Amino acid sequence: MNGVSAVMRRELRSYFSTPLAYVFIVIFLVLSGWFTFNFGNFYNGGQASLAPFFNYHPWLYLFLVPALSMRLWAEERKTGTIELLLTLPLEMWESVTGKFLASWLFTSMALFLTFPIWITVNYLGDPDNGVILAAYMGSLLMAGGFLAVGSFISATTNNQVIAFILTVVVCFVFLLAGFQPMLSPLVGWVPQTIIDSIASLSFLTHFSSISKGVIDLRDIVYFALLISTFLYANVLVLNMKRGE
Amino acid sequence: MINCKALTKKYGNFVAVNELTFQVQAGEVLGFLGPNGAGKTTTMRILAGFLSPTAGKASVCGFDVETQSTEAKRKIGYLPEGAPSYPEMTSRSFLEFIADSRKISISNRQRRLEEVHELLQLGTVLDQKIDTLSKGFRRRVGLAQAILHDPEVLILDEPTDGLDPNQKHEVRRLINRMSERKIIIISTHLLEEVDAVCNRAIIISDGKILADDSPKNLESKSKFHNAVSVKLLNSMNLNIVDSAINSLPEVASTRIDENNNSLIAFPTKGKTPLEAITKLGAAEGWDFSELHVESGRLDEVFRSITGGTAR
Repeated sequence: MNGVSAVMRRELRSYFSTPLAYVFIVIFLVLSGWFTFNFGNFYNGGQASLAPFFNYHPWLYLFLVPALSMRLWAEERKTGTIELLLTLPLEMWESVTGKFLASWLFTSMALFLTFPIWITVNYLGDPDNGVILAAYMGSLLMAGGFLAVGSFISATTNNQVIAFILTVVVCFVFLLAGFQPMLSPLVGWVPQTIIDSIASLSFLTHFSSISKGVIDLRDIVYFALLISTFLYANVLVLNMKRGE
Repeated sequence: MINCKALTKKYGNFVAVNELTFQVQAGEVLGFLGPNGAGKTTTMRILAGFLSPTAGKASVCGFDVETQSTEAKRKIGYLPEGAPSYPEMTSRSFLEFIADSRKISISNRQRRLEEVHELLQLGTVLDQKIDTLSKGFRRRVGLAQAILHDPEVLILDEPTDGLDPNQKHEVRRLINRMSERKIIIISTHLLEEVDAVCNRAIIISDGKILADDSPKNLESKSKFHNAVSVKLLNSMNLNIVDSAINSLPEVASTRIDENNNSLIAFPTKGKTPLEAITKLGAAEGWDFSELHVESGRLDEVFRSITGGTAR
């Protein structure tokens, strides 16, 4: 039995043995539908596409994913179960990966449950299902990025509220890194190459190209690197806390 | 074997554990004693791999707890202070998670799970969520988790805290039963527990070892060791008896308890005053209702060693 899967299955199980899982899924489905139909001009747009649906995912994730990730480590630290978990014969990366995968798998379940909207659009018209599949993939990758950031921040504190707020702020910065209001304070005194590389860290630019059906290896590598960097930082933080 | 060399843990300027050096062999049941904040829990956390030491080394069964921590953790069963466990899980799924994380082989898994259910009498609560369990049952789930993989080393931080007297007795019996082949370290405030299960006691205070001996030898350091406790019938005059006993060469001092019409005679060093007191009593025709030798009081030794004032 693999350590990662033991941690992952325990974590997933605990989502479903508390109201957390159901509340999260219901809110996610209701909000994503509401955004799509009210703001996305799903009907009036006159196009058989799920763009109005996917466009709001980054903003949904901005508040929902930190609510999911805030408890990952902060709660264990608060209740003392972290002492139990970290004295089991597991490598630190196994625990970190197991917990991250559980939360990612859970978000993908929530995402999967949006399938009625895919059925709807196929019933109403003749959308490009390849683009839709790519957009689902992009959305999932972006959720993974949010979760990795959130997991890392959760490991730094035992206060879930602090973890939530910090994660929202950091993810907000990541979302908008490519946009003028974020970059304008830097223009003029920071070299253009640095501004460009900050801009290239934006979740939104990478997500929007995937969600248009353009699967560029660079976008996938971007999210993979983002996730692994933050999980690695997560391991480092936990190890640092042992020495404190 | 557990081997600690100059183990030190600092939090900023505060020294929680100060160059602890000791070894524990298989078959030893070591009781960690000390006032709150003495460094007991910190030491156990370092051994279990939850904290890393600021300086010094510790190894468990030959595995360094820092550089070979996973191997060391495999050898250890650990009950953290307060027996934390996941409140939303049932006892059964919690123990199954422990079995999975400890990679207990499929062939052993079911047998071991049944054994610990049996041993800790968890049968009735297996499918109940842990947060609905009483403190005693939670503690037992914590113990079950620690012994599930039949570890060579058991580190138990206050294993009987919060248990009722019957449960305490059961847990102590369990520890005694396992003690032959294992290394067991327990921390406790309860000195009667040291008598009941430990064959070695380390008293620590301010992160330093103040005493390291068998409970018997520690008791003999007590001024109550070999003291004679005398209780008289109500008709007898305590003060007359007291001054007579006090004049015996074997008796260093006495303390009287007028409410009970009794006294304790402390021996002069190396002497046993029982025989002299018995003879004197027979000659004077005293009516004793009780007469016995004290073996020594661990709590008194504990207080005098750790700086509290002795009675």
